[in-house]
Amino acid sequence: MTMPAVFISDIYKKFLNVQALSGVSFEIGQGSFFGLLGPNGAGKSTLINIMAGLTRASQGTIQVMGNDVSKDWRKTRFALGVVPQELVYDSFFTVHEMLKLQSGYFGLGASNRAWIDELIETLDLTDKSDEILYRLSGGMKRRVLIAQALVHKPQVVVLDEPTAGVDVELRRVLWDLTKRLHKEGHTILLTTHYLEEAEALCERIAILDQGKVVALDSTKAIVEQFPYRFLCINLKDSSVKLPDVIQEKTVSLKGSELTLRLHRKEDRIADLLEAFYAANISFTDLRTYEPGLEEVFVALTGKKNG
Amino acid sequence: MVNWRGLYTLFAKEVWRFVKVAVQTILTPVVTVMLYLLIFSSVLSEKVEVYQGTNYTTFLVPGLIMMSMIQNAFANSSSSLFQSKLNGSIAFVLLAPISNLEFYAASNLPVLLGFAVLGTGILGTLGLIASIWAEKWDHISAFQNFVILPLSFLSGVFYSIRSLPEFWQKISYYNPFFYMIDGFRYGFLGVSDISVWISMGIVGAFFVTVSLVCLLLLRSGYSLRG
Repeated sequence: MTMPAVFISDIYKKFLNVQALSGVSFEIGQGSFFGLLGPNGAGKSTLINIMAGLTRASQGTIQVMGNDVSKDWRKTRFALGVVPQELVYDSFFTVHEMLKLQSGYFGLGASNRAWIDELIETLDLTDKSDEILYRLSGGMKRRVLIAQALVHKPQVVVLDEPTAGVDVELRRVLWDLTKRLHKEGHTILLTTHYLEEAEALCERIAILDQGKVVALDSTKAIVEQFPYRFLCINLKDSSVKLPDVIQEKTVSLKGSELTLRLHRKEDRIADLLEAFYAANISFTDLRTYEPGLEEVFVALTGKKNG
Repeated sequence: MVNWRGLYTLFAKEVWRFVKVAVQTILTPVVTVMLYLLIFSSVLSEKVEVYQGTNYTTFLVPGLIMMSMIQNAFANSSSSLFQSKLNGSIAFVLLAPISNLEFYAASNLPVLLGFAVLGTGILGTLGLIASIWAEKWDHISAFQNFVILPLSFLSGVFYSIRSLPEFWQKISYYNPFFYMIDGFRYGFLGVSDISVWISMGIVGAFFVTVSLVCLLLLRSGYSLRG
């Protein structure tokens, strides 16, 4: 059996009186694109920080490429590239200087310059390479953070909400870059608040809530676990009184658009349509749609987004 | 295994940072020392003779040099680490395969090599300790103004402790900065208040102590690794 890229076993972390993580365990396969989701305060960043050696676990072990993050910390740091959530930068240096320094921290010298230049070009930073970091826009700073995380060509790349607050163009650049890294064999761990992003990119997903794993499976399987589908009906008259059988399945009524949640096995669309006819309620259009990750996420965590 | 290139890069980064703000790190201390020298020597040079045959200006110069070195050693190491801790950019150093000892050596080598004096090593280390402990600039400022400044002003920069009343002489012996100034002055003038070997021993022991405290703090991850 192939060694997992990341092996997380029974991790606990307590900050004073706050239990941030309670027995988190899962594996991330080599070369996979893995999504870590959860509401604010679920423990995602804490788990990533423990993986990166920025925080120490109260209990449990994490291995990156077969090396323990506490005992073999040098090897795990070589294997790991982390893009932090916050826009952190050293205001004394230019983009190029910072990348040279970051490369040097990993013991890499002149032989790595070509890769630094490639990163600068790929991330569209060529025009800004001699610019002091604090003068860059938020989006440009985000690109530099990504370049810093990739400067030592890590096998496992951790992106902690990389697309939070970035414009559409940069989001596309980041998506393309992460897809390319994945294609080249890197293992990607992505945390994001954008569930459609996780659904589009990630092969497997873990959902954390209150420091515990509440779902862990392939993205498709997690979505399929959700036992409901949705029926949207455009009413002719939105002020009409709906019969009880319809009302109990109503999720929302926005303008004239009524959304109903139907159990896959117990509810039949034909029965509901008969109820509409019986109550003499007219409609102009109807469509069904399958649930996405967002609906599953809300059902599991009770919160609106990742 | 030592990550020599990583250590060198971190050291080079600290020196680079130091040079990039040369007005603050080099010019300001030079001007400050010149002002002290101008004022104290012009006022007291003719009136005070601390050691026989040594005029006050000659007495003052080594003390001022040492005081400036140790104060700036503290200011540089503390501001560098604390600033990167405060804005979060320390993360990229903590994510790199650099050990606590390499981190300590690289952060403190600029002052050690730059001034080549044990005293600056001590103050550089105190700067690291203060910046690890501090949560806001106020804390750094308090450490500097209520610990470093009184200890350096009361260390015999401007006077010989022999001129103090007996009680204050005894108190001065508990001030490690006194031994730095007195030993450094011996190097210039060949005279000192106490044996230069005692000063060297005490300064050496103090350096080892503060270095151990700093390394233990780094090892515990206090305030740097959650």
